[in-house]
Amino acid sequence: MAAKITVQDLTMAYGDLVVMHDLNFEIQDKDIFVIMGGSGCGKSTLLRHLIGLREPAKGSILYDGKDFTATPLAERGPFFQRFGVMYQSAALWSSLTLAENISMPLEESCKLPPKTLRDLACYKLSLVGLSGYEDFYPSQISGGMKKRAGIARAMALDPDILFLDEPSSGLDPLSSRRLDDLILGLRDGQGSTIVIVTHELASIFSIANNAVFLDTATHTQGALGNPSELRDHSDNPAVRLFLNRGDTPPSSP
Amino acid sequence: MTSSPHPPPTAVWQQDGEAVSLTLAGDWLRAGPAVSVTGTAPDRAPTRYQTDALGTHDSTLPAFILAHLRTLKAPTGDQPPTPLDGLPDNLRGLLQLALAVPEDGGAHPDTRPLSRLETIGNATLSTWQSGLALVDFIGQAVLSLGRFARGRARFRTSDFWVTLQQCGVEALPIVSLISFLIGLILAFVGSVQLAHFGADLYVADLVGISMVREMGVVMTAIIMSGRTGAAFAAHIGSMKANEEIDALRTFGFDPFDFLVLPRILALVLMMPILTVYADIVGILGGMLVGAASGIPPVLYWTETVASLHITTASLGVLKSPFFGAAIAISGCMQGMRAGNSSAAVGEATTRAVVTAITSVIVLDSAFAAVFTLLDI
Ligand SMILES: Nc1ncnc2c1ncn2[C@@H]1O[C@H](COP(=O)(O)OP(=O)(O)OP(=O)(O)O)[C@@H](O)[C@H]1O
Ligand SMILES: [Mg+2]
Repeated sequence: MAAKITVQDLTMAYGDLVVMHDLNFEIQDKDIFVIMGGSGCGKSTLLRHLIGLREPAKGSILYDGKDFTATPLAERGPFFQRFGVMYQSAALWSSLTLAENISMPLEESCKLPPKTLRDLACYKLSLVGLSGYEDFYPSQISGGMKKRAGIARAMALDPDILFLDEPSSGLDPLSSRRLDDLILGLRDGQGSTIVIVTHELASIFSIANNAVFLDTATHTQGALGNPSELRDHSDNPAVRLFLNRGDTPPSSP
Repeated sequence: MTSSPHPPPTAVWQQDGEAVSLTLAGDWLRAGPAVSVTGTAPDRAPTRYQTDALGTHDSTLPAFILAHLRTLKAPTGDQPPTPLDGLPDNLRGLLQLALAVPEDGGAHPDTRPLSRLETIGNATLSTWQSGLALVDFIGQAVLSLGRFARGRARFRTSDFWVTLQQCGVEALPIVSLISFLIGLILAFVGSVQLAHFGADLYVADLVGISMVREMGVVMTAIIMSGRTGAAFAAHIGSMKANEEIDALRTFGFDPFDFLVLPRILALVLMMPILTVYADIVGILGGMLVGAASGIPPVLYWTETVASLHITTASLGVLKSPFFGAAIAISGCMQGMRAGNSSAAVGEATTRAVVTAITSVIVLDSAFAAVFTLLDI
């Protein structure tokens, strides 16, 4: 059985600027996979490659063994339908209310009565703790609420794979904790695979079962594995430093 | 995947004294058939769920249950959590999350439908408000000009040069094309009529006077409304949507001096130059038609020059800075008043172009009236 997502020899570049080269990792079904690294190291860029918004400079990305990057754009529909994406800036459609933001993709995917659409939107919003805000416009809610609404929209089509770009930045500790519960709930309740970009160490250790560390110094992947193990036993000092918040890492045995 | 079709989703409510049970069966899928509900939903949460015959399901199922739970009266005080017995574990987990935060009361924005009278009243008030806003904006522009004259207005000179270039040199191609065609059209229409009287040569007077006095400046103003007025509104409007204007303010810049003033100055400076240019290109267009119908260009030119007094020639140019100011003010004002969404920026741009063209035409009529009174 092929892994859910396979990244092979991926090199990402903006023109001549190579952001990361030779990334190799696999994401298994029902993984909660964290992409971590310093600011500006290319985490969002990696996410954009995974969802096909940018083409790799080299290498390929496979979903369930099917080559995504080799598929022409016109035939990528079935892949896209499995993705739910929350962007770093939430990217809500500002001229639609929160409920419409969620029901618009639903409306376009299949014919549903208005009541069902509304119920679905309310349900997704209450999962992120935003029930009662269905009729607000994105400009009328706070930054953290936008983040959460962005997550609700990413879940609109019950995606198989959820990509979240820094979902917990801008959230208070309690909401952030709730978000962790939600992510676990989605994995256990719907069997989703979840790929998260995050710096939140507490949530990395409590929910992630696998992680990749992108190293700014070498422009390649610094480590791959379970975050708690990486913290204590990684042979890359940069990774230990990162996962210990800059404290002198305990010497690895 | 089973080859048999999905059994349709059903929900059955049963009430037995205090106990309410909800029996869920079939495959609850978004793309599948609609749910058939039997019995009426009581105004109480189900005490028990029967899910033995439940097949596969997506979010439609928890959404259905949650929608019912949300219709119930908000629990007052400490209440035991809503029972979710009988639901499969995965559903129970998700529903508990969804119910964890109570619905935010009072958070609903006012969505009461308005009566006819209220609609008319609101429309009147908003017209009055936008009139006031216009006066206010013009007042601010004058104050800002005053600060500029005393050297106290702060804006980036490099921005000013870029704006100058955008509404000057970069507008030349479109102004050339339109003015040339207008000259051509005037000459065509004129020469057909004048030929009846054997006064072919007077087409030069016709084109010269109408270009210089009206068409040159009005067409340039209309082009600039669509081109530059719209650009001003879109640029300032999207800055507003991104909180960029607030950022300027917190750094101690007056957004008005910083954004609006250089744009008004640039357009006021460029409009006369563009107008003179448009006049000349329009006359050249007329000359081409003249040449085609047998008037030598040299003769055409002397006739044009002879027909234009310095007063006539200066009228169009005199009006142009006023038109420039009107266009810049319309564009910037709509941009500054735009709402916080991308759609609002679109609306602001539309309003900017409409306001700019309207004010140009209204101003032109006012000038025509004044010039007639003064007998120019
Ligand atoms: N559109 C672009 N064109 C050129 N370079 C870009 C572009 N977008 C990003 N970059 C560069 O790519 C690098 C990685 O950017 P990216 O947005 O992926 O960082 P990140 O890891 O997500 O950072 P953060 O944690 O701050 O969000 C940066 O050095 C950035 O300058
Ligand atoms: Mg990023």
